[in-house]
Amino acid sequence: MKYLLLIYGDEKAHAARLASDPAAGQAEMAEYFAFNEAAGAAGVLRSGDALHTTDQATTVRVRNGKALTTHGPFAETKEQLGGYYLIECAHLDQAIDWAAKIPGARDGSIEIRPIVDF
Amino acid sequence: MTSIEPAAIAQAVERAYRRESGQVRATLIGWLGDFDLAEEAWQDACLSAVEHWSVHGVPRSPGAWLTTTARRKAIDRIRRGRAAARAPEALETLPPAALVITDDLDSVDEIPDERLKLMFTCCHPALPEEQRVALTLQTLGGLTTAEIAAAFLVPGPTMAQRLVRAKRKIKEAGIPYQVPPAHLLGERLESVLAVLYLIFTEGYAATAGDALIRQDLCDEAIRLARVLEHLIRRERTDVPETQYAEVVGLLALMLLHHSRRQARLGAQGELVLLSDQDRSLWDQREIQEGLALVDKALQMRQPGPYQIQAAISALHAQARRAADTDWAQIAALYQELRRRADTPVIRLNQAVAVSLAGSPAEGLDLLNALAGDLEGYAPFHLARADSLRRLGQTEAARRAYQAALVVCQNSVERAAILAQAAQLDGAG
Repeated sequence: MKYLLLIYGDEKAHAARLASDPAAGQAEMAEYFAFNEAAGAAGVLRSGDALHTTDQATTVRVRNGKALTTHGPFAETKEQLGGYYLIECAHLDQAIDWAAKIPGARDGSIEIRPIVDF
Repeated sequence: MTSIEPAAIAQAVERAYRRESGQVRATLIGWLGDFDLAEEAWQDACLSAVEHWSVHGVPRSPGAWLTTTARRKAIDRIRRGRAAARAPEALETLPPAALVITDDLDSVDEIPDERLKLMFTCCHPALPEEQRVALTLQTLGGLTTAEIAAAFLVPGPTMAQRLVRAKRKIKEAGIPYQVPPAHLLGERLESVLAVLYLIFTEGYAATAGDALIRQDLCDEAIRLARVLEHLIRRERTDVPETQYAEVVGLLALMLLHHSRRQARLGAQGELVLLSDQDRSLWDQREIQEGLALVDKALQMRQPGPYQIQAAISALHAQARRAADTDWAQIAALYQELRRRADTPVIRLNQAVAVSLAGSPAEGLDLLNALAGDLEGYAPFHLARADSLRRLGQTEAARRAYQAALVVCQNSVERAAILAQAAQLDGAG
């Protein structure tokens, strides 16, 4: 089965942490590389990316054929989507194991969404 | 082969339906990977049993007969393509052994018990708690949707919808059918225990609804806890003792509570306080079994919340009269429980135990600290009233009874409070 692992976290707190401790950013990057390595070696990883913060987001809605473009994310939330992985594994418990290994799981949350198989 | 009497056959099928359904369904679900197909095949097999057994008699092992027949029925359904849309790959993925179907059904004796896996699937934390409870009762307990709906006082269609959603999530989210690996076992076993205890308390605590169905819930919870304990002991010797001890503790807790069921309701269906119960009505067989299990669990020296609650219940069970209760020991056990789950109600129970252990002043201090949390909870005011009465502060006790009446809506319980307050006048 394929699962999308959505990495949510408090992006303001995250930015503040990185600003106060430059080494923390390096360490975090290394942890994500290690995750990529492990998930890749296990044959589980399909894709994954980090996202720019939500102040870089643009939201568009089409109503009555007219595009309405606004700045920012579609909704204000306490934790924001900061990145994702697409993995393929046998079942939910394996997806949970991989999700728990994502560094962001320790200060944020990973939402696990099964991909629809048409 | 035994009797061929139609009534006896119907009874044998009915008995097999109740007794075997959890195990047969578990085998089928594991084998087919599909709850609905397993359900259809199981129903087919039960119909078949009525026909077949009235001609050939009841087989030696009805469960094995039903499992083997249900497997054939599932294969028939898959071949006929009725289930094609749902389980297209099911035939190809069948384990080879499953296709060896003997003609002599009566010779099939033992079928591996798959219920442990099914328990973990039904109680997976990815499902909302109410779905875990309903699914466990349906697939492992063999209760009908209507019975589960009645037990939880929700409309039948709501419960049916709840079960459909649960099965859909198992399939679409890929919830596995397995005993979880060691690193997940703690969290998962906790969830299984919580579901079983919820089923039990739903049957035990509430006094509304159909009494028979509520009794069913208690019986099912105890039966499933026995199955869980048995299978874990047999199949999973690598379960850490911390967790196994809690399984034993939960079974003991349920048995010890259940032993008092005849004594805990009065003539008008009101709850009778532990101290006022007729202890000759307590079920000694269940008490003895519960006490033995508490001993067994405590010998593992890995105390957890269920074991501690069971130990408290055991002390009540061992007191011949309410006055013989070892309240000091109970107060100490509540202190242990607070180290694991410090809730206001546990503090209240501890304060009551301290007061009854001969320190009403100390108990009262503990109670007064809870005023902010439990102001709207009648047992809090009743506990204060009792401590005050023991301290000879009659006026303050009277005010506490009045406070209890303000927050208590139940007419039978109000009458009981008024009776206690009246005794105050007699004494003072």
